[in-house]
Amino acid sequence: MKLTLRVWRQKNADAEGTMSTYEVDGISPDMSFLEMLDTLNEELILKGEDPVAFDHDCREGICGMCSLVINGEAHGPERTTTCQLHMRSFRDGDTIDIEPWRAAAFPVVKDLVVDRSAFDRIIQAGGYITAPTGSAPEAHATPVPKPDADYAFEHAECIGCGACVAACPNGAAMLFTSAKVNHLNVLPQGAPERETRVLDMVAQMDEEGFGGCTLAGECATACPKGIPLTSITRMNREWLRATRKAGKR
Amino acid sequence: MARTVWDSTVGKKTVMAVSGLIMLLYLVVHMIGNLKIFFGPGEFNHYAHWLRTVGEPFMHYEWTLWVIRVVLLAAVVAHAVSAYQLSRRDIKARPRTYVHRKPRAGYATRTMRWGGVILGLFIVWHILDLTTGTVHSGGFETGKPYQNVVDTFSTWYGNAVYIVAMLALGLHIRHGFWSAAQTLGAGSRARDRALKTVANVLALLLTAGFIAVPVGVMTGVVS
Ligand code: HEM
Ligand code: SF4
Ligand code: FES
Repeated sequence: MKLTLRVWRQKNADAEGTMSTYEVDGISPDMSFLEMLDTLNEELILKGEDPVAFDHDCREGICGMCSLVINGEAHGPERTTTCQLHMRSFRDGDTIDIEPWRAAAFPVVKDLVVDRSAFDRIIQAGGYITAPTGSAPEAHATPVPKPDADYAFEHAECIGCGACVAACPNGAAMLFTSAKVNHLNVLPQGAPERETRVLDMVAQMDEEGFGGCTLAGECATACPKGIPLTSITRMNREWLRATRKAGKR
Repeated sequence: MARTVWDSTVGKKTVMAVSGLIMLLYLVVHMIGNLKIFFGPGEFNHYAHWLRTVGEPFMHYEWTLWVIRVVLLAAVVAHAVSAYQLSRRDIKARPRTYVHRKPRAGYATRTMRWGGVILGLFIVWHILDLTTGTVHSGGFETGKPYQNVVDTFSTWYGNAVYIVAMLALGLHIRHGFWSAAQTLGAGSRARDRALKTVANVLALLLTAGFIAVPVGVMTGVVS
């Protein structure tokens, strides 16, 4: 395959960026999207040019590091992570636009790499449980109803990639935050912090400069892990419940 | 607690949902009341007069009406101020758009914002036209709402402004009612289709019901 790539190039956080055009040839449809970029970078290095910086780590769809907006869609045209996207989703001769996640809370570090530490601070605000460490607890000590376990697992699938923020017209982090809140709030292990968790995580989310939810639904469409839009509804319910309880205290 | 609600994006959105639902409830009642115009000036004017005497003898003349007006004014102001503040924040949170734009992305958000502005302007015009008579096209007469309505809808611009606003209202309610359910935590996977259906039916009934009046005047059914 022969492709024309238009890639966002930006030297550093303060520099102005632009879209630069590159041609790549000899791309196999079986390559992953990141392997295609590796091919481009090898050529750039041989020519003595600066390779394109992009985030990646596991390359098997589980770590949440890869993050590219491909032809206007977070993680590209398939419902998966960029690392699991293959070149067979494109056609020979295509022009592909590659941009970084765009959100005020995710500033560009270089080229296609953005700073997602705002997510870490949301997790620090309440995305944990308090449990004694040491030897593993008895597995049956805390029974969890099957539907709750399934619900928690579905939300635990969130890999924190930030595609939801990138796709949202308001740069909102509601889907990410709700996935984390719901994952822990539905389990007995998460019960002691049930109220403070949702209040603190939402407050941190606002603090980081993410936008608000207008229920446009773009996040759930972009999410590679299928976190549903109703996750946000459930977090709203948790937030209202916690606010009411806090008001009574 | 009021501070936590107002300072949070989730809380402010709750204010929007509650104020929106208050206005929606009012609009259903208002639409049904308007349809009395098809039963002649006697019934319509009588209904308008009754609005001022509801609650008597406990309430004085027009007291109930004023209570409703104050609640509605509070709802409109709370709704518009939250909408403005949240929208400003949302735009700031996404300072740069993508070079490659996906068609239709953010469609619902855009229609809500533009639709909301149209509705806000409409509400001002509507009150100046048919409540105070300040910008009325004929000789406005207090206590003669039937004739006032006929006069408004005998002008092309009266019809145009009204019909455009009611179409905007339909779109606003279509996304708004369902959104409010999500904001208040009342939505779920099982209930999603039902909520969307209710939103569509409400939007359609209100738009059709309100537009029936200018159409009635234009076609001479009401004169
Ligand atoms: C002053 C004029 C108005 C303005 C500026 C306005 C603006 C807005 C905006 C910007 C939104 C948020 C949209 C989103 O989150 O995607 C919204 C939501 C909403 N509006 Fe309005 N609107 C107005 C009048 C009305 C009226 C007359 C009604 C009554 C039917 C109404 C009912 C709603 C409802 C129910 C919502 C959903 C709240 C939520 O998302 O939780 N609005 N409005
Ligand atoms: S909710 Fe989905 S899109 Fe958002 S961070 Fe988690 S996995 Fe990524
Ligand atoms: S590189 Fe780990 S999810 Fe894509």
